[in-house]
Amino acid sequence: MFKNFLKIGNKKLKSRLIVGTGKYKSLSETAKAVKISGADMVTVAVRRVNIIDRKKPMLTDYLNPKKIIYLPNTAGCFNSQEALRTLRLAREMGGWKLVKLEVLGDKKTLYPNMIETIKSTKTLVKEGFKVMVYCTDDPILAKKLEDLGAIAIMPLASPIGSGLGIQNKTNISLIIKQSKVPVIIDAGIGTASDATIAMELGCDGVLINSAIANAKKPLLMAKAFKDAVISGRNSFLAGRMKKKYLASPSSPTKGII
Amino acid sequence: MAKLQLNGKKISIKSNISIFDLLVKYKLTNKKIAVEHNGKIIPKTNYKKKKLKNNDKIEIVHFIGGG
Repeated sequence: MFKNFLKIGNKKLKSRLIVGTGKYKSLSETAKAVKISGADMVTVAVRRVNIIDRKKPMLTDYLNPKKIIYLPNTAGCFNSQEALRTLRLAREMGGWKLVKLEVLGDKKTLYPNMIETIKSTKTLVKEGFKVMVYCTDDPILAKKLEDLGAIAIMPLASPIGSGLGIQNKTNISLIIKQSKVPVIIDAGIGTASDATIAMELGCDGVLINSAIANAKKPLLMAKAFKDAVISGRNSFLAGRMKKKYLASPSSPTKGII
Repeated sequence: MAKLQLNGKKISIKSNISIFDLLVKYKLTNKKIAVEHNGKIIPKTNYKKKKLKNNDKIEIVHFIGGG
């Protein structure tokens, strides 16, 4: 209905919903969920090819990288060295320069290690990567990443896969206000309304994986998220009414019989 | 014969084969993959040039589903 593109680097996305491709029952379910979600961009991981069973299907057989934007991610990396290695391999694989950096600090919380994240961002920017960065919801660190050249800031709503939704709306709002690059909520969204809330706060997009893949009916949840993100964005653009402490009747008081 | 470590598994190959030959053996020539040879990423243009030696460590990676 509205001109509503999400611009990340030189990519123009029609959908503000980015989806992960992990945790699904099968690659065919992954592909169906991605299609229903309407996402133009998907996150993918870099792993060893299975050399023993060469008949195992590959992700690229189900999701055509020419039709959908692959966003290589460093999920599972716990230091800068591992993350850089992963993304350099991703770049070699098909010229991917647009990447998502995620350096984890702790196995229990999968909370970002911001010291290693900052270090990696510096190196990647220097090497010509366009880096979208998973980070804590700390406005000072978010600003630091932007200053270093991150092309999108991706603060967590809550820990990866927790489904707890946005835990610190104030911090997310502060990050949105100060950022000149897109702010995309990454991690912790549990259900469609969480995504709407993120978009109403003014986020430029949301990245969802577990909330769709782990739903009882993933394909229906993919549709729910598609709608939730559109609704949240429209609601943000429309500008909500002011909150008041007392009631205000919806029908005219003049002419009451 | 040469013994290699490929994606963490020990394999034996004929001596003097290239990375390209190895990719042919595993039917990976037209797949979206990247190759690391002893910790160094090998550009696609060098697959035929790079010969494999005894005790080399090779990693072949691709994209899989992930968050």
